[in-house]
Amino acid sequence: MNPSASSRGPVDFDSLRELLARSRGREYWRSLEELAQTPQFRRQLENEFPPGILDAPNALNRRRLLQLMGASLGLAGLSACTRQPPEKIVPYVRAPEEFVPGRPLYYATGWAVSGVALGVLVESHMGRPTKVEGNPEHPGSLGATDAFAQASILSLYDPDRAKVVMRLGRISGWVNFLAAVEQERERLLARRGAGFWILTETVTSPTLAAQLGKLLAQFPEARWRQYEPVGNDSARQGAILAFGQPANTIYRFRDARVVLSLDADFLGCGPGSVRYARDFIAGRRPEGAETAMNRLYVVEPAPSVTGSMADHRLPATNAGIDRFARALAARLGIASPGADESLHGDFLAAVAGDLRANAGASVVVAGAEQPASVHALAHAMNQALGNTGKTVLHTDPLEAQPADQAASLRELAEEMAARRVDTLLILGGNPVYTAPADLQFRERLDSVRLRIHSSLYEEETSELCHWSLPEVHPYESWGDARAYDGAVTLMQPLVAPLYAGKSPLEIVAAFNGEPSKTDRDLVREYWQGQRPGGDFESFWNKSVHDGFIEGSALPAKSPPLNAGFAAGLPAPPQDDGIEVSIRPDPTIWDGRFANNGWLQELPKPVTKLTWDNPALVSPALAERLQLRTGDVITINLENRSVRAPVWILPGHADQAVTVHLGYGRTRGGHIAAGAGFNAYPLRTSTRPWSASGARIEKTGRRVSLACTQNHHSMEGRPLVRAATLEEFRKEPDFAQHMGHEPDPSHALFPVFQYEGYKWGMSIDLNACTGCSACVIACQAENNIPVVGRNEVIRGREMHWIRVDRYFSDDLDNPAIHTQPIPCMHCETAPCEVVCPVNATVHSGEGLNQMVYNRCVGTRYCANNCPYKVRRFNFYLYADWDTPSLKLLRNPDVTVRSRGVMEKCTYCVQRINAARIESEKEDRAIRDGDIVPACAQACPTQAIVFGDLNDPSSRVAGLSKDPRNYGILTELNTRPRTTYLARLRNPNPALEKG
Amino acid sequence: MDSDQRQESVGVDDIAPVIAPGHDYSTVTDQISTIVLTRRTPRQWLIGFSIAFVVSMALLYSIAYLLLKGTGIWGINNPVGWGFAIINFVWWIGIGHAGTLISAILLLLRQQWRTSINRFAEAMTLFAVACAGLFPILHMGRPWLAYWLVPYPNTMDTWPQPRSPLVWDVFAVTTYGTVSALFWFVGLIPDLATLRDRATSLLAKKIYGILAMGWRGSARHWYRYETAYLLLAGLATPLVVSVHTVVSFDFAISIVPGWHATIFPPYFVAGAIYAGFAMVLTLSIPLRAFYNLGDFITMRHIDNMAKIMLATGLIVGYGYIVEAFMAWYSGHPAEIYMIANRLQGPYRYVFWALILCNVILIQTLWSARVRRNVILLWFISIVVGIGMWLERFVIVVTSLHRDYLPSSWGMYYPTFWDWSTYIGTIGLFCALLFLFLRFLPMISIFEMRTIVPQDGAPKH
Repeated sequence: MNPSASSRGPVDFDSLRELLARSRGREYWRSLEELAQTPQFRRQLENEFPPGILDAPNALNRRRLLQLMGASLGLAGLSACTRQPPEKIVPYVRAPEEFVPGRPLYYATGWAVSGVALGVLVESHMGRPTKVEGNPEHPGSLGATDAFAQASILSLYDPDRAKVVMRLGRISGWVNFLAAVEQERERLLARRGAGFWILTETVTSPTLAAQLGKLLAQFPEARWRQYEPVGNDSARQGAILAFGQPANTIYRFRDARVVLSLDADFLGCGPGSVRYARDFIAGRRPEGAETAMNRLYVVEPAPSVTGSMADHRLPATNAGIDRFARALAARLGIASPGADESLHGDFLAAVAGDLRANAGASVVVAGAEQPASVHALAHAMNQALGNTGKTVLHTDPLEAQPADQAASLRELAEEMAARRVDTLLILGGNPVYTAPADLQFRERLDSVRLRIHSSLYEEETSELCHWSLPEVHPYESWGDARAYDGAVTLMQPLVAPLYAGKSPLEIVAAFNGEPSKTDRDLVREYWQGQRPGGDFESFWNKSVHDGFIEGSALPAKSPPLNAGFAAGLPAPPQDDGIEVSIRPDPTIWDGRFANNGWLQELPKPVTKLTWDNPALVSPALAERLQLRTGDVITINLENRSVRAPVWILPGHADQAVTVHLGYGRTRGGHIAAGAGFNAYPLRTSTRPWSASGARIEKTGRRVSLACTQNHHSMEGRPLVRAATLEEFRKEPDFAQHMGHEPDPSHALFPVFQYEGYKWGMSIDLNACTGCSACVIACQAENNIPVVGRNEVIRGREMHWIRVDRYFSDDLDNPAIHTQPIPCMHCETAPCEVVCPVNATVHSGEGLNQMVYNRCVGTRYCANNCPYKVRRFNFYLYADWDTPSLKLLRNPDVTVRSRGVMEKCTYCVQRINAARIESEKEDRAIRDGDIVPACAQACPTQAIVFGDLNDPSSRVAGLSKDPRNYGILTELNTRPRTTYLARLRNPNPALEKG
Repeated sequence: MDSDQRQESVGVDDIAPVIAPGHDYSTVTDQISTIVLTRRTPRQWLIGFSIAFVVSMALLYSIAYLLLKGTGIWGINNPVGWGFAIINFVWWIGIGHAGTLISAILLLLRQQWRTSINRFAEAMTLFAVACAGLFPILHMGRPWLAYWLVPYPNTMDTWPQPRSPLVWDVFAVTTYGTVSALFWFVGLIPDLATLRDRATSLLAKKIYGILAMGWRGSARHWYRYETAYLLLAGLATPLVVSVHTVVSFDFAISIVPGWHATIFPPYFVAGAIYAGFAMVLTLSIPLRAFYNLGDFITMRHIDNMAKIMLATGLIVGYGYIVEAFMAWYSGHPAEIYMIANRLQGPYRYVFWALILCNVILIQTLWSARVRRNVILLWFISIVVGIGMWLERFVIVVTSLHRDYLPSSWGMYYPTFWDWSTYIGTIGLFCALLFLFLRFLPMISIFEMRTIVPQDGAPKH
């Protein structure tokens, strides 16, 4: 009530009292005026509503109605709007060249793992990189990529990246850091750098090496050391053993007719694997009946990608491989101590015979995890076979400063223990996590007065350092690195650093007293210095454009073999209990990709496991130790032990257990932390890759592991169709007789005639190595979400293309088959007829299309898909909230929401992009204009896409190949994704029965 | 009703009458209507209803959580896209079948023993269809768009896809629900009028009066009523066959091994009637005891229902044999593997439990002693209900979890939410049934009066 009301007239209190006394029950009153029912009060009550409102309905006329309606409409419109935050829209005053909104641009840059660069082209939409493709001109890529490079784009946008400079766990800034560096410089200059140690990863970058050289010139007593947990120490030692000098070895698999891999996974991972896969498969493509194929022998402990491609595979422990190498060397006429030529009788004889018969056209390749002796023997064998200079080339090492990294790290650790390290600058790497157990790096680090760590994530090492600096992602910075053959790959930024990152070049420059120099200045200045005179601008522009410096590959050299080195080798190792074999993880590598959800969820090529790194054992060992898959065991080695779940892997060497590095992280992002177990404690600086004498104990606990394929046999169904080369020559169309296809003319309705395009895909199973680059390429291209470990356990992974892996034949040494399965885009698609709402329909070009907006999620289509390629969003899997991940999305592909089905579209967005281009130019789409993401990434070009109606297209040609077949054709699905049957080229001497 | 025929049908069966001797029109009316019109709600009813209500609240909670999170809360996954939701849907729909069968087909066949059980069988049908109808909507990824399965002119210019059995399902189930509801309500009208006339409370008078739609029981009313009821029965008859046939098409139309079988329609219909009668027995045996309705639901009823259960159970058993035979006869490795996997695979326990429930235990019904032992029969009816649920589990899950590509094989494990949703619908079903028992006559009064032996003259 209005407080002034009381002033309107006197209140008769007596009558009020009387009124209240008379009233029955409880009377509620708001004010004395109300109680008194004074006339003023009544008036006021009536006046609560302003005049004209109460009687408005009576007075309503046309004008008034229109006024009111107009006003309501306007007000309704107002209330429906959220106030937009003010944004400044600034048009380009001068648009960048070739910058057309809606059209992506591609920039050449490089992606380096362990210092070895792969040339890539990065797709950029309006200044935001979204997808990585291979650089067709780069020698290491030839247009293809591996899974790591494909997933690198996710690391760029990883919301867990280190974002700010941290000092002692508190947010600081570059200004503070640079001030601290300045202070430190003065201190160090006075001491000539004594006690100043720099630890980097393997440096192949000429610019960074030059910067470090400059630093060491300023601080002569400073020390620069490199450490790479998955490095090539033993290859380096092997070269020194064989040639007396370090050398980089490159292989020409294209020219090899016989290849022997001593545990070298040259098709799956490691330097040059993308190029090697292309070259190796080029020597295996059957063309006509008179075809020739190379032959691959693999001796390895755990089946790898390369092992799955082998024509003959021999499971052996690391010690066994060493003995095998010596025995083989002896057979090839190289005297080696302890060679037992009776070892693996038939196999050894067959390999030796085959190598000798193909002298000069064979390759013996030793894996990075094999000891120096095996590498040296491989060099000697290649020399003895006359391969060196033909299929095996040697160059100077890729590293700017080749050194025994384990020894360097040991030296650093000892110096730290002796408290002689005053300042430690760790550029990249995560030594606290990755250092060999015997070095006690974590404990010793404590003695260093000033510790600085720069890295992409806040990791175990950052936690223990005074300064933790965010590093730039390679796609945010300038740089250079050498490819597998030494070609200098230039890296240019695709985007300004998302967070306050700095490149190692800039950090070193700051210590050099040049804190204002940018990475671009440094790289450019270095190369300008290398090219005095001449037209530097055009050289620079061309090199940046191409992504590498032409003619920078290291020249081949032929170092003389250290004759008689073999005789000096120590006696071969003997089996001593169970051997532990330590390997980099196929998808997480040394742990650097542990926070990359794509790689975590990528099924490992052979085990098909995700999110975990179990201890792999052979079925026979599991039987002896009574282990089941999922049992948690303790692996004891000397006085160290780790706990790991068991995974029984057919084809694993008996008496050995393989563990993979990279898991069991405690820091480094919310994806990295918590997955798997840490295998580094089993590793020592002297025995980094294998150690015998392990004891295995069961703990009695069990865990479930997230595997995407739990059944490993084809159950006698003709899914992967394979034959030997001999059988193929006799009956080239053998695959077509292994299944049944109903005659389309038996159908009730006439077959649909495609007038225009008729898309189809062909997948060559003879070329597919199972490397799974296609899976990540598809994930990146099509905005496919990561679902996490628990959802994978429940069978809800979302990959649109998967690589099925089957074992066949012998349990202890099975043949391993891989088969990529995208959508088959069936002509008579079973999914289409059962959708109640027309959400999946057939296009006039033969695509089986998925209309997300229309999908109501009955999942009937997925049930009825015999290939099980349909993926359902059981939850809201796509991350709709994290801002940085929004930048990652391909703008041409819908981000799906909860409750809808999705599946492979044959990259319909790329088809339509090509269509628009062709229509602009008034022509038909040419063969090769459309390359789906999977096909583009494939290192072996196993996937071919195109128009089946165009008789000159590659895919139409392949569809007439005698090896061409479809799977489950007996269901009359008439798939348009077809396969080319796999061929093996076994040695007749080894083929039993 | 034709009295000669009635007497004949009573006279033929001298084992047991369809109504105990000694009843006349008024005792029938009294006994049945008192259950509803009593002022005192029995304590047992309160307890029973409270439990059922609480359980149905679990359903509500589960649905809320489902809508919030998505179908991921269930155990379904990539090979097994359908799980409990579809199993429960088929199970509930099947249970509903007995009602229609009893109401329509037995009416047309003039099987008068149906009279005392048809009312609550119809009610049961209706409630079962209500429970069943929830599942196809809830199992969708985006249930709020369920209406897209209904053909209606829309701005999207898109119709449902008529080749999909799920669209047929929409028609089949909605028709079934509508006709069942109509049939039940029309059958209730004379009894609602009786209740209106006998009710003492004004509110009950009003409500029953509105529901009775002005029924006065005039000859003309009766004449039209009988015609309408017969016509509705004629309408409902094909539904007995059609609904479960269409439901079976959800499976049979697909190419999944274990689903793609021509035996499915008859085998599903038989299974539905089987499950339905099992449920009628499961409900009527305790009701009969609790409300002292032994005079109306006599041993003759019990015996007949047990016989029907045995007959349909044998058809179902035959269906299992034919499935296995056809899988072998197809010669397709996936089909053959499907049967082998059922017998020996990871879900073999479910399969063998199903055989035990649905095939082996019901063989005891050959014995009249078992058929007349109500307690034993009650247990068997429950076992059959479980067996039929297991059958749907076997069909849905074991077929999907291992189909064509061994690489994609997987397992299905139901989650807490699968169970809570399923049990919640049982709660809903029971709660509705309790309300029905309390507020509507569970046995058709007027139809019972027609089978009262006519010693005396009609009282009206």
